[in-house]
Amino acid sequence: MIIIISLLAGVIFGFGILTSGMANPAKVQNFFDVAGTWDPSLAFVMGGALLITTPGYYLILKMNKPLLAEKFNLSTNKKIDSTLIIGSIIFGIGWGITGYCPGAVLPAVGTGNHSALLFCVAMATGMMAARLIRSRTL
Amino acid sequence: MTSFTPIQSLLGGMLIGTAVIILMAFLGRIAGSSGIIGSLLPPKLANDKSWRIAFLIGLLIAAFLLDTVADYSAVIQNITTEPMLIIGGLLVGIGVTLSSGCTSGHGICGLARLSPRSIAATLTFMASTAVTVFIAKHLIGQ
Repeated sequence: MIIIISLLAGVIFGFGILTSGMANPAKVQNFFDVAGTWDPSLAFVMGGALLITTPGYYLILKMNKPLLAEKFNLSTNKKIDSTLIIGSIIFGIGWGITGYCPGAVLPAVGTGNHSALLFCVAMATGMMAARLIRSRTL
Repeated sequence: MTSFTPIQSLLGGMLIGTAVIILMAFLGRIAGSSGIIGSLLPPKLANDKSWRIAFLIGLLIAAFLLDTVADYSAVIQNITTEPMLIIGGLLVGIGVTLSSGCTSGHGICGLARLSPRSIAATLTFMASTAVTVFIAKHLIGQ
């Protein structure tokens, strides 16, 4: 049952990514290009997602536990440290160069797009490298 | 040029939000894409792999389903060269691992529950992306 629900969530998430324009690097680039060919559409993607998620989370997190699991897995870390900020800056540079972010690229790979696949392989390599370094330094 | 699509983008965003609350209501999990992908990669794999793999398969088959069921194919316009896709991909992979989240984990799930870390991360990567796009398009001129 957990597998089916999770698969369904992935499909719905993917539908949202593909129909909203999030998977289109040109649209992402234009969203950030306020000084040029600005296309504010992606503000509506985030707005639409938060419109559902904010009240949804509020109500769900009032339950004692999730419907199919023992507990809610939420980060309790509240510390804003340099790792968080430096990581976010590096992520933004990559997102700005390519127009792909991790959640948007997999549905794009599913369309058979080669650029998305190439980005995805590089991203996975970057993740492994960072995780390897992290596991050795901590 | 891309055209302004407020209604379609809003509805797409609401679909994303729906997926996010399904994952929390049933599994008690944050729909953070980078975390779900990263935890399936070496050196240390998560113990609960099955729901993560199922979610990622869902993301991958979405385009096929949308095409067959609704006859809709998403427009994907690449903006850069292959070497830059590799460099950008590496940067995204390293960045989201350090910041423990991306557009979905921090930008949607974190903001929805007003996590201070996620607010800081989202403001930072949005600003960083905007600066990068400005440099790439207007100063270097892609």
